[in-house]
Amino acid sequence: MEKTPNTVPRNSWTFSPEINSEIRRAAATGIYDIRGGGAKRRVPHFDDLLFLGASISRYPLEGYREKCDTSVVLGTRFAKKPIELKIPVTIAGMSFGALSGPAKEALGRGATMAGTSTTTGDGGMTNEERGHSQTLVYQYLPSRYGMNPDDLRRADAIEIVVGQGAKPGGGGMLLGQKITQRVANMRNLPVGIDQRSACRHPDWTGPDDLEIKILELREITGWEKPIYVKVGGARPYYDTALAVKAGADVVVLDGMQGGTAATQDVFIEHVGQPTLACIRPAVKALQDLGMHRKVQLIVSGGIRTGADVAKALALGADAVAIGTAALVALGENDPKWGAEYAALGTTADAYDDWHEGRDPAGITTQDAELMKRLDPVEAGRRLRNYLAVLTLECQTIARACGKSHVHNLEPEDLCALTIEAAAMAGVPLAGTSWIPGQTGF
Amino acid sequence: MQTIDMAQTPLRELNSQLQAQARTTNQTSWTIENPKGAHAIAVGLDAPIEVTVKGSTGYYCAGMNKQATVKVTGSAGPGVAENMMSGTVIIEGDASQYAGATGQGGLLVIKGNASSRCGISMKGIDIVVFGNIGHMSAFMAQSGNLVVLGDAGEALGDSLYEARLFVRGSVKSLGADCIEKEMRPEHLEILRDLLARSGADAKPEEFKRYGSARKLYNFHVDHAGEY
Repeated sequence: MEKTPNTVPRNSWTFSPEINSEIRRAAATGIYDIRGGGAKRRVPHFDDLLFLGASISRYPLEGYREKCDTSVVLGTRFAKKPIELKIPVTIAGMSFGALSGPAKEALGRGATMAGTSTTTGDGGMTNEERGHSQTLVYQYLPSRYGMNPDDLRRADAIEIVVGQGAKPGGGGMLLGQKITQRVANMRNLPVGIDQRSACRHPDWTGPDDLEIKILELREITGWEKPIYVKVGGARPYYDTALAVKAGADVVVLDGMQGGTAATQDVFIEHVGQPTLACIRPAVKALQDLGMHRKVQLIVSGGIRTGADVAKALALGADAVAIGTAALVALGENDPKWGAEYAALGTTADAYDDWHEGRDPAGITTQDAELMKRLDPVEAGRRLRNYLAVLTLECQTIARACGKSHVHNLEPEDLCALTIEAAAMAGVPLAGTSWIPGQTGF
Repeated sequence: MQTIDMAQTPLRELNSQLQAQARTTNQTSWTIENPKGAHAIAVGLDAPIEVTVKGSTGYYCAGMNKQATVKVTGSAGPGVAENMMSGTVIIEGDASQYAGATGQGGLLVIKGNASSRCGISMKGIDIVVFGNIGHMSAFMAQSGNLVVLGDAGEALGDSLYEARLFVRGSVKSLGADCIEKEMRPEHLEILRDLLARSGADAKPEEFKRYGSARKLYNFHVDHAGEY
């Protein structure tokens, strides 16, 4: 008698091996999973958009011959000393503490060589960072670790952090493994504790208070510094409008793919909107207030290529910020450390236990031996190269669209590959004139 | 003595003049008239000058102060002396929310009452309140001393780190991980010094000390209900 054929083992979509492994992990530990990075799930993104390029009605610029400017000025609304950058790509806020000192130095070196800014994080400003960063943005966070008027004055801009894309509504987290003596001293905390910094500011709530807080910071710094307000991708239309109302010079908008040093996985994956979904509402808020290009918009969260930069600018941003991509450029998750990632139970490119401080690449660590692995000069050069490629790629696309400045890119240059992306970006579905939610099919 | 009348002088000019004072200035005595609740008065000072504000102030009076002595003859709005680094701030009347928030040094004296979240996230500042303080005071307070001659509201010292809290009157409730602690001789000495420097009429022996139980310093699932 013939044997009945077996069916192929079939995993459940709902109870996938990945989900089951998380259930087992939770059952064994009793604590939620904490990790670094941004959302790993697939969400509508810049990949779902395409540029149309030139045609009979649009003529292109000659590559390498006709100029395509990339400069950007930030903070022109109220600040006496706006920031002038050579490229529209900035380095996002990342803390000393989450990152090693050499990693912060490398970010400063790379950004400075490329003619752009870098940003402090939840832990104060270090002398190394200030010294190696020609243009340094100083974050003003709920925890106020290391906050002082002298560093405010030696910053080139101030970024009031209301939220970040990985965790809109969440505070900082730095687990005990990384609270070394130096980090503890800077943050005025006991060594080795699990530090949870506050999720909202201690001395203001709401947009009316924020307006007064901005006034205070301007008065302390003589109205010289551009004041940014950074929000996570929660309610981009209203958050942008309220930031403008409160007096911001620049709005920084961070979508859910934006990274963090450490947060609950459930927070990263389930709170906040994709970057693509945030840009047009924010731009519309600026346009409705007559402030587009007067209050500058920096977009972050999942920027990887010059195409991403160009798409963000075309949708109305003035600049973008990169965090995770900058770390990868420095050497984070490099396959050359494959054996060590395997020993940690993971692989290169998937390693995200940045909070544990055991980063084989020596970047997300405070371990004295591991951090020696990162040469800040060499890593800074890699970041400079990467920033140059982002800029060249963005220029290539802008020229193909006939733009003499990357800021001249516009939504009209784009189409979308999916209905979702078309609706979020407010551009037509490819091959149609249909913008879901705006025009009939 | 220098006098600045805010009925005539814009805030920017007022702060510019005060901030421009050198550490060796001989113009050490300043009076500000007609503050009328304006915000951000005398912020970012960095010289050993004495500033008397005749009246009441809005938000963030004496914010991020260094070295200066700022006295408010009326009451102070939210965030008075926020993130103060050094120097002295004296409020003759009451203070609104977040008094001395994230302060890193210096002495803040409130001769009336202080509202909620007094000393929130304090990082080394000393605060002496002659009256009562509101709820959630010293929330996540990291270091420094908070002295209260009156009563404390609900959830005092919630999620406290290493700040020391001294209360003479009643405490409506203690926040997570805040407990009463033994008053040792060194604490009495700290109290005696702060009471003397702030001109408070109280004896160190009349106070109780509160501080962190340090049970929430490292996460453990058995304490999840505390958060």
